[in-house]
Amino acid sequence: MNTKKIEEKIFKGLMIGSSVLIFGVLLYILYIIIKKGLPSLSWEMISQIPSGGFYLGKEGGILNAIMGSLYLIFFSVVISLMVSVPVVMYLNFTLRKKSRFSAFARLTFDVLFGIPSIVYGAFGFTVMIFFGLQASLLGGIIAVSLLIIPVMIRSIDEVAILIPVELIEATKSLGATNYETIKVILRQLLPGISTAVLLSVGRGIGDGATVLFTAGYTDSIPTSLAQPTATLPLAIFFQLSSPIEEVQNRAYSAALILTVIILLLSFSARYFSRRFSKNKI
Amino acid sequence: MELITVPLIIEQPKSKVMNGSNSLNPHIVVENLNIYIQDNHILKNINMAIPDKSITCIIGPSGCGKTTLLRSFNRLHDDNMNVKITGNLFVDGEDIYAKGTEVTHIRKKMGLLAQRPCSLPMSIIDNVVYGPRIHGVRGRRKLYEIARHQLVAVGLWDEVKDRLKSPASTLSIGQQQRLCLARGLAVEPEIILGDEATSALDPISSKTIEELFVTIKDKYTVVLVTHTLRQAKRIADYVAFMYMGELVEFGTADQLFNHPKNQLTKEYISGGFS
Repeated sequence: MNTKKIEEKIFKGLMIGSSVLIFGVLLYILYIIIKKGLPSLSWEMISQIPSGGFYLGKEGGILNAIMGSLYLIFFSVVISLMVSVPVVMYLNFTLRKKSRFSAFARLTFDVLFGIPSIVYGAFGFTVMIFFGLQASLLGGIIAVSLLIIPVMIRSIDEVAILIPVELIEATKSLGATNYETIKVILRQLLPGISTAVLLSVGRGIGDGATVLFTAGYTDSIPTSLAQPTATLPLAIFFQLSSPIEEVQNRAYSAALILTVIILLLSFSARYFSRRFSKNKI
Repeated sequence: MELITVPLIIEQPKSKVMNGSNSLNPHIVVENLNIYIQDNHILKNINMAIPDKSITCIIGPSGCGKTTLLRSFNRLHDDNMNVKITGNLFVDGEDIYAKGTEVTHIRKKMGLLAQRPCSLPMSIIDNVVYGPRIHGVRGRRKLYEIARHQLVAVGLWDEVKDRLKSPASTLSIGQQQRLCLARGLAVEPEIILGDEATSALDPISSKTIEELFVTIKDKYTVVLVTHTLRQAKRIADYVAFMYMGELVEFGTADQLFNHPKNQLTKEYISGGFS
């Protein structure tokens, strides 16, 4: 056997090996969560808020954390979209594609992307103190938005870069105004936007560090932005650190719920993006 | 500073006058047009008058400024900060670069066909009626009629009538180019601009497009930038030859191809350089 063939075999082996490894890890995580979480998963768990002795293994559920997480991620995604889409539009369609400023801006977003979430949590906390806010849903929303805006900008940007100048010229040469052109561009961006939402939901909803200081934790479902809120990652964290085994198992079922929520959101986002992307170029 | 008016030089193509089929009526008049892109002098003092209801081909080697000239006709340089334009450009006697001229109004008068067809991310029928729709035409029946009319005009109706609702991207490149032409025609323009509109197409599709240009020239002024001399010979009524940002010669196809006055033109059309 010559060296080239050996080389090829080694790399093929490496590729297969790492794919299997990653897949294996994923399956193992799912297995652990399901094995430990499923037995303690009950209707009570997802339909009730914690009652008196919940953290000692008595009755109650984690509806507070489920609702808290959903509220939090919904508002954060809406806010982030409102920031990200205009930024991407500006970078790609107002500036020239390769201007120095846009290169610098992209680098900045990449750096922000890499900042650990606890830093966003701490930063959000200082912002809250500055405005005199207490740990609340609003604080959590601000921190999570900060966390996911770079994710969103970069993933929408990846799609926006690919939009041909001709598309803009085609609409403009038909006499479209800037606003009408933007509508066409948005249509073309839709699959990118849905991927971006998907990624940021994944990152935002599963992150405990950002909400630790900013959103707080409570046993009730928040009814206003100023109230603190529980979140699923923190629900997992607090229950897992309990010495009582029953409570620990509930942490796994909370993890299972979180995973299912993320999977459901992923599949529906993919479904919708496929439906809408049918018309793209 | 004193304003100096330079007399407008328009070469009068002879054959039109001779055959007398329609009087020479300049539709687009270019006066001392200079275009600079980032301090590069791209177009140098262009003066020309493009007659209406005929096909004018702009030919010349790559980088001579053909496309830049064509794009200046519907102000597509507007969004580019690095482009500086001096001189005047009249369409129907209206200075399109004058202050207060509405750009959408200018662009509505012209349909642009790019090198590669660029269908909008929507269905076939929505592509055709996009223009009318943004200009305020409402009513399903009315829009459907416009779409049918234009699709018939570009010979696409029979191919797509059963799948008007499917995405435009499912059409072949040749069909998409005809769709783009239909889309351009739907805004009822007076001028059709083609920027190497057939260069990305297969021979049969490009022949179809060429024939379409010939059919529609009774109603529209067609200005085409083309790389293929043979195409210009086949369909042009008037030809403009450009070289290094200058308009070297402008005249009827017969005049320019058979009796070129300029040495450069002679060399170019005999394949001396490209």
